[in-house]
Amino acid sequence: MKKSFDCLIVGIGGQGTILASNVLGDACVIEGRHVRGAETHGMSQRGGSVETHIRIDGKFGSLIPAGTSDLLIAFDVLEALRYRHFVKPAGTIVVNREMVVPTSVFSAGLPVPKIEDAEAELKAGGQKVIIFDATKTAAEAGSPLAANIVLLGAASHVLPIAAKSLEESVRRNVPPKTVDINVKAFALGKEAGA
Amino acid sequence: MENTPVKQYLLGNDAVAHACREAGIDFAAGYPGTPSSEVIDTLRAVQERPYYVEWSVNEKVAFEQALAASWCGLRSLVTMKHVGLNVAADPLMTSSYTGTKGGFVILSADDPFAHSSQNEQDSRMYAKFAQIPCLDPSSVQEAHDFVKAAWEISEKFRLPVLFRPTTRICHSKGDVELGEPAASGRKGAFGKNPKQYVVVPAHTRLLHVELTKKQSEVAKYLVSAGYNSAEIRGKKAVIAGGISASYAAEIMPGDISFIKIGAYPIDREWLRDVVSKHTEILVIEELMPVIEEMVLSVADKNTAVHGKLDGTVPHEGEFSTASTASFMEKAGFMKNPLPKAGAPAEVPVRPPILCPGCLHRSVFYAMRKVFKDGIFPSDIGCYTLGLQLGAVDTTICMGASVTVGSGIAHAVEGAEVVSTIGDSTFLHTGINGLINAVYNGANQTLIILDNRITAMTGHQPNPNTGCTATGVPSPKISLEELVKACGVSFVETVDPYDLTHLLSVLKDAKEKKGVKVIIAKQPCVIMNKRLGIKRSRYLADASRCTKCGACIRYGCPAIESDADGCAKITAACTGCGVCADICPAGAIRKAGVKE
Repeated sequence: MKKSFDCLIVGIGGQGTILASNVLGDACVIEGRHVRGAETHGMSQRGGSVETHIRIDGKFGSLIPAGTSDLLIAFDVLEALRYRHFVKPAGTIVVNREMVVPTSVFSAGLPVPKIEDAEAELKAGGQKVIIFDATKTAAEAGSPLAANIVLLGAASHVLPIAAKSLEESVRRNVPPKTVDINVKAFALGKEAGA
Repeated sequence: MENTPVKQYLLGNDAVAHACREAGIDFAAGYPGTPSSEVIDTLRAVQERPYYVEWSVNEKVAFEQALAASWCGLRSLVTMKHVGLNVAADPLMTSSYTGTKGGFVILSADDPFAHSSQNEQDSRMYAKFAQIPCLDPSSVQEAHDFVKAAWEISEKFRLPVLFRPTTRICHSKGDVELGEPAASGRKGAFGKNPKQYVVVPAHTRLLHVELTKKQSEVAKYLVSAGYNSAEIRGKKAVIAGGISASYAAEIMPGDISFIKIGAYPIDREWLRDVVSKHTEILVIEELMPVIEEMVLSVADKNTAVHGKLDGTVPHEGEFSTASTASFMEKAGFMKNPLPKAGAPAEVPVRPPILCPGCLHRSVFYAMRKVFKDGIFPSDIGCYTLGLQLGAVDTTICMGASVTVGSGIAHAVEGAEVVSTIGDSTFLHTGINGLINAVYNGANQTLIILDNRITAMTGHQPNPNTGCTATGVPSPKISLEELVKACGVSFVETVDPYDLTHLLSVLKDAKEKKGVKVIIAKQPCVIMNKRLGIKRSRYLADASRCTKCGACIRYGCPAIESDADGCAKITAACTGCGVCADICPAGAIRKAGVKE
């Protein structure tokens, strides 16, 4: 079995998982490497849990087998927990310390999950967990919307792609007006994840 | 001409659209449907186009136009999702008889696991049914390459070619090698030829004979052109079709033969020869056992065949490298090389949900309030999510909200039927049902959820939007006039954010006999966001909140309860204000507005 470096990016529809995956995918093309990705489109995007698979050096299918992912980037602590079983025991989880409570919790009258509990459960999983307030870091860079790029920066230490290629890919993929903010977001994220 | 890099990281559908341009298409039409929509969306976004492109009102309409363009000598494309091909099945089944002139490619995107669909039907069966070639790619690059070649195949055999990607092709990405877009310069001309284009019995009987003759030629060509290929490595073999071939390739042991099926019809003699070289065969294909049944029909008693029919491989759902490894283990071909994953953590579900401020939510709320014993047939669109709100009792296919409603109205005495349908779906296949309901005197209410866009599939324009696929202004359809022309006398247009008015119109409709149509008009909130249209948000006053839960039950993602159980409205609020009308304690107010 030829092994690719597998990364799962998860969040809630509308949070920017696809942009983050485009940055990773394009960085692979910049380095002349193969890459495979899988995305969620359609109705599932309406505020639902979404997952994006990226297989760096991948030549085959785009779906990462559970229990084998090298990296999980999560935009929400609950989503990190939901997809944790995809990550291999020696893998890394980079997660934004943020939690959007699913509407289903309120409409079904379920106990409201606490972010501290979710974080503790995540850390008890055995994988390396890098957790910080990426939205705050993004705001420091100029826009809270750049949290996805902050998380990529934090994950760059684990990714088998040169930081230079990632940064170039950020420039190519974000809206032209926000290049400076996002490049800064990437740098701050890189610091935060070190 | 734009400067195209050699390789790009592209979505399957974008790669397919690029391949269409490389092949020099002249004509493209389609109806949106996940996972197919981005092909036309990408083609229509190209600024200087040497081709015609449109969003049609439904798949049959799109298909017939694209077929006609082919008859005029143009390279044409029609796109749809798998269930759209049911709508276009009527012209499909005879288009193989008439054949084509310019190349004609039918893109029908399948959705194993029904990620965004009402069923898991397999378009390969349609290709077999219509006796046309079918291309089934295993990767994004192959999707690009197959599509680029599809027009040549169509022109070679003068047959429509069905291109059948699945969700994991359409919505996968990969590093794709692209060519340059071509300028076709073709001019359409219709050459009269009734023996080909007028399928009266005397003509069609002869055309059928011609069609049959083409079959073995096509099958032989697909092997010689490399679409179906065999690497013989041992006495055991895996035969995999479409995307399953990618999954198998990742884990294939070196001593097992690998037979890849990328196109249909499969040449029977070639397959018999390949099969006869093996003692044991495992067939891996998503959905129907199309390859497997053919393998069984050529295998003699010396070859054991595993697949769906002996229970090794499921008929349903989507495969992956992980599931393919388990099929190989089950068949005794190898030990599963993948580690066992731990159990998923228990986390509250987060299904897709109607957006904060979505017009559908307030309609569903009002409907249930007025029609307490109502029966609610619905349709295909974002509003199918009304299931979570108890406002969707049936969904089967496009347009069926109206007709299932009529059926129930005639079948159940005194039934209070309220159907819901979006504007795009109404124009797609809702109108016929409405005419029928009036004609045959059904007692039912129809609510047209009019957000002036085809929202769920990615906000494509439709005849109700006021512009075409390429942004050209178009005459706006008047839904009111259209409905009246169908013979409906009770037609009311309401603002769904005006809950009081909405409730009173629904009460009126409940009192009256016959067909009643209510048009609930508000733009899609996602479109508003994109256009920068903002309404002031609402806030809850904890000191007035009685914790009754009425707003929570409304089910808006912007309404939460705080640690004390009081209502809290988050920044996700888009300012529809319906919750303020629902709150019996008057605890919800527009931000910045005093009592």
